[in-house]
Amino acid sequence: MLLRHTTSEVKEREGLTINPAKTCQPIGAMYAALGIHGCLPHSHGSQGCCSYHRSTLTRHYKEPVMAGTSSFTEGASVFGGQANLLQAIETIFSVYDPDIIAVHSTCLSETIGDDLQQITKKAKDDGKIPEGKYVIYASTPSFIGSHITGYANMVAGMAEQFTVSTGEKKDQVNIVAGWMEPSDMREIKRVAKELGVKIVLFPDTSDVLDAPQTGKHEFYPKGGVTIDELKSTGDSKSTLALGYVSAEPAAIALDKKCKVPFETIEMPIGLSATDRFIVALSKAGQVSVPAEITAERGRLVDVMADMEQYLYGKKVALFGDPDHLVPLTEFLLDLNMKPVHIISGTPGMKFEKRMQEILERAPYANFKNGLNADMFLLHQWIKNEPVDLLIGNTYGKYIARDEDIPFVRYGFPILDRVGHSYFPSVGYTGGLRLLEKILTALLDRQDRDALEEKFELVM
Amino acid sequence: MDTEHISLLKGREKQVYEKKQGGAEIDIACDTKSLSGSVSQRACVFCGSRVVLYPVADAIHIVHGPIGCAAYTWDIRGAVSSGPELHRLSFSTDLQEMDVIYGGEKKLYQSLIELIDQYQPNAAFIYSTCIVGLIGDDIDAVCKKVEQEKGIPVLPVHSEGFKGTKKDGYRAACSALMTLIGTGSTEGISKYSINILGEFNLAGEAWIIREYYEKMGIQVVATMTGDGRIDAIRRSHGVSLNVVQCSGSMTSLAKDMEETYGIPFIRVSYFGFEDMSKSLYDVAALFPDRPEIMEKAKEIVRDEIRKYYPEMQKFKSALTGKKAAIYVGGAFKTFSLIKALRTIGMSVVLAGSQTGNKDDYRRLKEMCDEGTVIVDDSNPVELSKFILEKEADLLIGGVKERPIAFKLGVGFCDHNHERKIPLAGFVGMYNFAKEVYESVMSPVWQFAPRKGGLL
Repeated sequence: MLLRHTTSEVKEREGLTINPAKTCQPIGAMYAALGIHGCLPHSHGSQGCCSYHRSTLTRHYKEPVMAGTSSFTEGASVFGGQANLLQAIETIFSVYDPDIIAVHSTCLSETIGDDLQQITKKAKDDGKIPEGKYVIYASTPSFIGSHITGYANMVAGMAEQFTVSTGEKKDQVNIVAGWMEPSDMREIKRVAKELGVKIVLFPDTSDVLDAPQTGKHEFYPKGGVTIDELKSTGDSKSTLALGYVSAEPAAIALDKKCKVPFETIEMPIGLSATDRFIVALSKAGQVSVPAEITAERGRLVDVMADMEQYLYGKKVALFGDPDHLVPLTEFLLDLNMKPVHIISGTPGMKFEKRMQEILERAPYANFKNGLNADMFLLHQWIKNEPVDLLIGNTYGKYIARDEDIPFVRYGFPILDRVGHSYFPSVGYTGGLRLLEKILTALLDRQDRDALEEKFELVM
Repeated sequence: MDTEHISLLKGREKQVYEKKQGGAEIDIACDTKSLSGSVSQRACVFCGSRVVLYPVADAIHIVHGPIGCAAYTWDIRGAVSSGPELHRLSFSTDLQEMDVIYGGEKKLYQSLIELIDQYQPNAAFIYSTCIVGLIGDDIDAVCKKVEQEKGIPVLPVHSEGFKGTKKDGYRAACSALMTLIGTGSTEGISKYSINILGEFNLAGEAWIIREYYEKMGIQVVATMTGDGRIDAIRRSHGVSLNVVQCSGSMTSLAKDMEETYGIPFIRVSYFGFEDMSKSLYDVAALFPDRPEIMEKAKEIVRDEIRKYYPEMQKFKSALTGKKAAIYVGGAFKTFSLIKALRTIGMSVVLAGSQTGNKDDYRRLKEMCDEGTVIVDDSNPVELSKFILEKEADLLIGGVKERPIAFKLGVGFCDHNHERKIPLAGFVGMYNFAKEVYESVMSPVWQFAPRKGGLL
C-alpha cells in the first residue's frame, strides 16, 4: 500500500501539494514546438529543465526528443541570460541547422527578467539568424498555470509570430490542435480529408513522435506543420480551435493579427463533442457530411447501444487536463455512467465554467481544479465515495492498485504502456477505442471477481 | 539533418578524443558547463541532489519551487525499500507568481508542518530549486524553526539548478547527510563493520551486496542511500570502513567522514565478476585479524562464479566480436562496463560520461582499445555519428539514449535509473549478459533497417 498514508478525512491545506495532477509550462511548450517541421525547441533556463522534459517526453513516446538548452550558470542568473540565448541561437543554427528555433522561458529566466522578444530581436539585428530561418518564442513561467498553459502559449506564439495575411484568401480552414497525441492529429487530418475540407493543422506531431524505425536517427523527422503552411494560416477562411484552454489562445491571436474568424469547440472526444466537430468542420469547409463519416458515427452508437447494460450507473473518477476532461466527462454521461470525482491541476475560469455546464447533468459530481487539486485529494474523495473505474494518466496507477479499481490510462503522461501515440481517441473511431478500453477494464474485473458459478462464458 | 555527414559541434573538439597509435595525449576539457545551445544529455544541480537522497525511504522529500521539479522526480527511480516508502511520493510547495514576488518561506513552513503531521517521518529534506535561490528565501531558518517545533531533523539541501553541475548537487546532498551523521548512538556496532556508500538499491541491488558482506561476517550499518533509513545514517559514524561505489556521488561524503571521524574508505565497483570479486577481497583484506572473513569471501566468489559460468560461456560465444558504445552518467561505471563487456567477448568502440573528470578520462584511455572514441558531455548527434561510424551493435545508456539506439537498429541496455533487473553482484553480471545478449541478438533486427539504413 504505497499510499497507505492517505486519510479519508479531507482537511484544508494551505501550502502543500501532494502528488500533483499537473506539471510545469515549459514541457508543454516543448511538445508543441515539436509539431513544427524542422524545429528545434529550446529551453531558456538551467540544464535540468530541458533534461527532465526530454526524458518525460521520451518515456511517453518511446521516441528520441531533441531540444537545446541555454545552460544557465550563476553568472547568467545575476547578469541575465541574454548572452546565453544569443550564443545558443548561433550555436544551434551553425551546428544543428534547424529551419526554426522555438524558445520557451523557464521560472529562472522569467524571474531574472529576460525578455525573449527583445533578445530574439537582438539576435536578428545582430545577424545571428540566417536568411530564411526563424526564431519564435513563448513566455512560459513555471509558477503560472500548468503544462497546458505552456502548450497554449507556444501555439499562440506560432500564430502571432509567423502568420502573414497577403490579402488573398485561401480555400482552407485552420485547425488549432489542443494538446492531443500524434495519433489524434493524424485522425483529425484523416477525417478532414474524408469530409473533403482542406485544412492546415497546427501543431502537428504526427510523423514526429510516432516515427518509423528506419535505421537512422532523424534529427528532424518528416512530420510537423511546415513554415509555409503556418504562414498561410493568415489567409485561411476561418479557424477551428479544438479546446478552450490549450487551443483557443492561438485562434484569438490569429484573428487579432490577420482577421481570420474563429470558432472554438471542445476537442472531439466521445460522441457529442465529435458531432459538434463534424458539424463545425463541414460548415467551415462548406461541405456535406459524407456517408462514410455517418457510418463511423453509426458504429460508435451501435456499440454504445449493444453494451449499455454494462455501463449504466458505473461510477468513474477521472483526472487530467481541461480539454480532455470536459468532453470525456460528457462522453461518460452519454454512456450513462456517473463521473463522480474530477480533478485537474490546471487552473482557469473558462475550464471551470465549461465543466460546470457539463456537470449540470451530474449535480452529484466533485470537481476541483488549480491549486491543491492533486492526486492526494482525488484519493481522499475516492475513499469517501468509491468508484468502479479510474481514468487518467500513469500516475493513477498507485490509487488504482491501493483501492483495487479498474484503470484506463488516458492523458499525459503515460509512462508504462504504449498505444496512445498510435491509436487515436478523437473522432468516432477514437470514441470507439475509448469505449472498448472502458468496457474491457470493467468486464475483465467482473471476470476476475466472479464466483465460479457466476463466471460466465457470455456475460 | 543527415547524421552521417555532420561535423563535430563547434566548441566540442576538446571534449572528444579518439585513441590512435602515436596520437595526442588525452586532455579532455571536462567539469565544464555545457555549451549554450547544445542538445546536452546532462541535468542540473537539483537532479544530482535528488537522485542521491531519493532512496532515503523514511524521510519526506519536499521540493520547494514551482511544480515541475517535483513532478519530474516523482517515483522515477526504482530504488526499492524494504519498509517505508515515503520517498516515492511527490511533495511540492507549488510556488505561484505571488510567492515569487512575496517569498515562499511561509508556504514552505506551512507545508512542512502539514506534511510532518500527516506522515510522521523520521526526517525531512527540503530541496531548493532555481527560483528559491533568486527570491532569497531563507530556507535554513525555516528548517531550523520546524526542527525545533517538530523534534525531527529538517535538512535544507541547497540545490538551485543553475549553481553548477550535477556533481555540485551530489555535494549538496552529501553535506545534508553529513549533518545527520554523528547524531545517533553507535552502540552495538562491531569492529568488523562497514557502510555501503553510493549504492542506491535500484532493483534491489543493495540487498544483494549487503548479503555478500554479511555472509563474510561483516556488519553493514548504513547503506547510503539505497533502502536508506535515517537512524542508520545517524549512527553510521561508528563503522570501521566506508566502502564507496559510484565515485562521483559519494566520494566527497567518504572524505568528510574520514576527516571528521577518522573512518578510512575504499572505492569499489559491484559490476562484473572481476570488480565484484575485488570489492569483496579488498574489504576482507582490511580486516586481517580475522582471516575467516577472507576465507568466506573466497568461498562466495567461487560459488557464485561456478553458478553462472556455464551460461556466461553461451552468451560469450554468441557475442564475441560484437561492439558496444557506452554513454553513462559517471565515468567510474564505464571502467567496470568495459571489463564486463570483455568478459562476454565484446569490445568497446565509444566510451563517454556526463560527469567524468580528467583522471577518469586518462584511465579510460589506458583501458580502451585503439580506435575507441572517448567523449565528455556528449549529444545525440555525436552519439549517432560514432555509433554508425564505429558500427556498434549495442548502446549502454539511460532513458534519453534508448530510442536513439533502437532507431539506429542497435541493441540497448539501460544502465541508469531505468534498469529493472539488478545488474550489481554476480547475479547482476549474469543479468547484464543476458540482457545484452537478448537485445543484441533480438529477432527484431532481422526486420529492421540497420546502421543508417544501409543494412
